[in-house]
Amino acid sequence: MTHEIVMAGFGGQGVMLMGQLMTYAGMLENKHVSWIPSYGPEMRGGTANCSVIISDEPVGAPIVSEPTTVVAMNLPSLDKFEAALQAGGNLIINSSLIERSSKRSDVNVLLVPSNDIANELGNAKVANMVVLGTIIAATKAVSQESVLKAFAKMFAKKPELLAINEQAIKRGAALVNGK
Amino acid sequence: MAEKILMKGNEAIGEAAVVAGCRHYFGYPITPQSELIEYMAKRMPQVNGVFLQAESEVAAINMVYGAAGAGARVMTSSSSPGISLKQEGISYIAGAELPCVIVNMARGGPGLGSIQPGQCDYFQATKGGGHGDYNNIVLVPNSVQELVDCTVLAFELADKYRNPVMILGDGALGQMMEPVAFPDKAAEAPAKPWATTGLKGRKEPNVINSLHIQAPDLEKHNYHLQMKYKTIKQNERRWEEYRTEDAELVLVAYGITARVVQSAVDMARAVGLKVGLFRPITAWPFPYEELGRLAKTAKGFMAVELSAGQMVEDVRLSVVGSKPVYFYGRTGGMICTPKEVFGIVKKIMLGEEEK
Amino acid sequence: MAEIAFARPESLRDVPFHYCPGCHHGIIHRLVAEVIDELKVRDRTVGVMPVGCSVLAYDYFNFDTQEAAHGRAPAVATGVKRVHPDNVVFSYQGDGDLASIGCAEIVHAAARGEKITTVFVNNAIYGMTGGQMAPTSLPDQVTTTSPYGRKVESVGMPIKVCEMLSTLDGAKYIARVAVNNPANMAKAKAAIKKAFEVQLSGLGFAIVEVLSTCPTNWGMSPLEAVGWMEKNMMPYYPLGVFKTPEGVAK
Repeated sequence: MTHEIVMAGFGGQGVMLMGQLMTYAGMLENKHVSWIPSYGPEMRGGTANCSVIISDEPVGAPIVSEPTTVVAMNLPSLDKFEAALQAGGNLIINSSLIERSSKRSDVNVLLVPSNDIANELGNAKVANMVVLGTIIAATKAVSQESVLKAFAKMFAKKPELLAINEQAIKRGAALVNGK
Repeated sequence: MAEKILMKGNEAIGEAAVVAGCRHYFGYPITPQSELIEYMAKRMPQVNGVFLQAESEVAAINMVYGAAGAGARVMTSSSSPGISLKQEGISYIAGAELPCVIVNMARGGPGLGSIQPGQCDYFQATKGGGHGDYNNIVLVPNSVQELVDCTVLAFELADKYRNPVMILGDGALGQMMEPVAFPDKAAEAPAKPWATTGLKGRKEPNVINSLHIQAPDLEKHNYHLQMKYKTIKQNERRWEEYRTEDAELVLVAYGITARVVQSAVDMARAVGLKVGLFRPITAWPFPYEELGRLAKTAKGFMAVELSAGQMVEDVRLSVVGSKPVYFYGRTGGMICTPKEVFGIVKKIMLGEEEK
Repeated sequence: MAEIAFARPESLRDVPFHYCPGCHHGIIHRLVAEVIDELKVRDRTVGVMPVGCSVLAYDYFNFDTQEAAHGRAPAVATGVKRVHPDNVVFSYQGDGDLASIGCAEIVHAAARGEKITTVFVNNAIYGMTGGQMAPTSLPDQVTTTSPYGRKVESVGMPIKVCEMLSTLDGAKYIARVAVNNPANMAKAKAAIKKAFEVQLSGLGFAIVEVLSTCPTNWGMSPLEAVGWMEKNMMPYYPLGVFKTPEGVAK
């Protein structure tokens, strides 16, 4: 099984971190993984995106051109990557900021009001973690446990952050799994 | 080997240099390798090393010359335009036979070009680059782990042959994150009795120099260099093959492009096309013999590069006209996709037009 | 018993200089060698040589040396010093090397307060390549690339290196000297010694500019050349100490 995921949004939405956490989690599960960002002028305004691959096989090309999952945190990202998504793939849309849904009928659309949920949780910064919860629940590419372990490792110096981020991930996952 | 950690290519090179015993780094910021200079700025003081941001790439490579001449394991890094600026110093380093490691995380060119990944510095890296008859050893890794392995190897080869070693990566390899494990340490640097350490009781002064003002002396020095290059060519060719045993079409690619091509090979194999990948790990010395050997079984070859066609010349030299050699490349910082390469493969093997 | 009153310094090899008659490089080499002997640091000295007339200086000095690319001696010296902080490291550079192609390297070595010493020989012309205009050639000075004289409207005024570097905090000792007569030679030697002592004390960057003649390319006899230097160079390039660790001096 190979998950090829594109995560996109504007700078500051935590798109890169989402991808890195997922990649880290995949590594902890001894899977073959890669993460590669778009970089350069794109990073300054417009959409920033990263490609994440989590696979049972060694990873070939790390840049994903035909994703199995697309995560759009803002409208320009949805416009840019919607068409590239493989049929039957997951299209995860941040419905707090994107008013339209998908134009496609051959994909699994998941609407995640991530900023609203983050605000409910009392921390606007964890919107990306809500979405991450949805991604892992929808793809099952890695387990929630591994993602939390990855988070604890990446933020070893800030253990106080774990609780709120765990809450956010669980809320995002619940959108797929039910409460 | 320690446990695996997730690391960006640029930073992994920095840590690998530390593992290899590099304690002197001189550089100048440029995209897309700035994570490397930043990593060294943070890391070198932690290991009692020296980090210095030079006033230019020109100054940085000359600081490398001084430090290498003084006997240190030393590194500099840059990206294409900055590597052009370093060529003067690299020529002097090659002439004076100093060991050092130069990293080029290449981007699109010519000129200021783009900051996206490129492989259009292949000629510059493998055919000399600066003035004079000389060669750098050029390593072309294709993963973050191999960046680490090649960085450690680079320091060892540099010391072994007293020769500059270049790691020719690209923006994509520098930016991507993959799991890596670091070796505990590299081979110890050999004694360097030629280094300018101060006499310290030695009778005869050491002179680090690339000037031989008498033509016969310089010719003699050049013969000596060529003998050394011959030894390197014999001993240090490195490559990897993927599904080439029965391949009718052998794709030749290195670095990030080899990753794309490997995926394309799998796509072709899935529909029964006998395609393989030959991946040089040393671009100089190029594995001519090993690639040439495949001409006995393969019907054709295709170089795939992020350039307008540079390595393709070495592919042609490998098969010396015995089989057709095709070329496919993207330039400017564009990266080809596996599907795109697969399309070209079908066109060649089945005569199919791309859809 | 006869006493040896004058001998070759240990820091000079027993090799005849190749310099033209009347050229000051030989004197300046000797002063540097005497200073290194007197400071007893020959065993830990590394000299970095330039491209220019003194390109072969590594044949004359009797300690470790590196030959740098044109203008890059301060960067090379930086590399050496950063590997061996206990070494005494100096660059020896001419005016084309230091003030033209190597302007960035000398300015930044000084700005960093690099703990090296620079001996800068200014003879207002490119000697080795056959008498072309230098960044320090004087207004209206005739050279092979300013055959009608240096036209300042086109190429500007010559660079005053000591004055320029004096604005940098990292430069701790800056002096301009000459070796046109015995009194000035003594002063030049004292300045060169001070410049090495500043390095030995770890205070920062030190440079001594030595005004020098080039009879061959100026087209004069050695004696005429000294006169020309005194009459034309000294007014534009005043001798003196521009900066000392104790404070700005004049």
